[in-house]
Amino acid sequence: MDFAGAYSWPNLRYLLEGFLVTLEVAALAILLSFVIAIIVAIIRYTKIPVLSQLLFVWVEMIRNLPLLLIIFFVYFALRDVGIKLGVFSAAVVGLTIFESAMISEVVRSGLMSVDKGQIEAARASGLTYGQALRYIILPQALRRMIPPIVSQFISLLKDTSLAIIIALPELMHNGQVIYNTNYSYVIPILLLIALLYFVVNFSLSLIARRLEHSR
Amino acid sequence: MLQTIFEILSEYRTEYISGLITTLKVSFISLIASLALGTMLAIFCISPFRILVIIGRCYVEFIRNTPLLIQVFFFFFGLPSLGIQIGAFTAGTLGLTVYTAAFISEAIRAGIHSISKGQMEAARASGLTYIQAMRYVILPQAFRIVIPPLGNQFINLVKNSSILGVIAGMDLMYHADIVASNTLNVFDTYILVGFFYLTITVPLSILVNWLERRLKHA
Repeated sequence: MDFAGAYSWPNLRYLLEGFLVTLEVAALAILLSFVIAIIVAIIRYTKIPVLSQLLFVWVEMIRNLPLLLIIFFVYFALRDVGIKLGVFSAAVVGLTIFESAMISEVVRSGLMSVDKGQIEAARASGLTYGQALRYIILPQALRRMIPPIVSQFISLLKDTSLAIIIALPELMHNGQVIYNTNYSYVIPILLLIALLYFVVNFSLSLIARRLEHSR
Repeated sequence: MLQTIFEILSEYRTEYISGLITTLKVSFISLIASLALGTMLAIFCISPFRILVIIGRCYVEFIRNTPLLIQVFFFFFGLPSLGIQIGAFTAGTLGLTVYTAAFISEAIRAGIHSISKGQMEAARASGLTYIQAMRYVILPQAFRIVIPPLGNQFINLVKNSSILGVIAGMDLMYHADIVASNTLNVFDTYILVGFFYLTITVPLSILVNWLERRLKHA
């Protein structure tokens, strides 16, 4: 183990560049999958015919597939049918497909946890169904969902490391490039990468815990 | 498209089946090992000994907040760099076990917490030692509550075992790579891979949902 050599300035800078890519991919995928998840959950909650059944099949299928397979598929297999995505977009699309399905289930169970009587009361007091959903049900559901959604975000951040199979220059990939040059760097580099992930994710989970208790 | 999928399946079924068997084998061994490790960690976390609690919490928090890929790479690249030779299958199984144990430990801990404190006190008052009370009163009840979340962990384990594909671990993902390089048809080859995963995970999901509903009404 050569800690001093592994933590040389060029190596650290290269790792940091990878970490920025990791954060960019994660942030984009979190944003996209959160928006899509809410739309999917509302369609399934309001039981729009045909569409909600199709989404049920879609969500169950995606949830039961490995994310690694999905990322691989989006990058390599879609090439076969003429959809050529770069590594960055393929990683974002793959993560979004998977996590939006996962988060939609969290949102849906949040929506269902709000008492049905509230929608009836809102409708009786003159709001349309859409208004009742927007102003009464969704705000309450979202507040209850904060802890599971944050833990889903943590999973997403960890899962960006899987983009290593399409050679996205994120943290794990750049780390591998470094320790491939010198075997005595493997453990120091892996430890540093683990620490970086840990700091971000642990802070996120502390925030989630704080939010949970402040209610 | 459907025709080519069937052609690939009939020509390369031995590849797929041997990949499927490795995937199942890794998942199953890791499940048993992580159940043992996870239970031990859960007991650490709720034990009255401060040092055990700290060890348990540190393990769980550190592992849960870092990617599985790091744990697998630690065994696959890290150990050989220290002169300890290890195969892809073993490295993958160890990585999956270390990772899943943290989640199983949390599930079991939540299960134990859901048994009311009075039961432990009653068991202790009626003359059982702490360990006996755990063994005969608390754990059997906790395991019942914990079964659905453990089922979910097993589903995750099957999906996560695909990580063996990254380290050439002979699983479904890895064999698919061989098939794709022969057929040059990545799309249909990997549609089939997805299908094979679904044949394991969908029945498991249905089973877990059914158990969840049953235990809720019990």
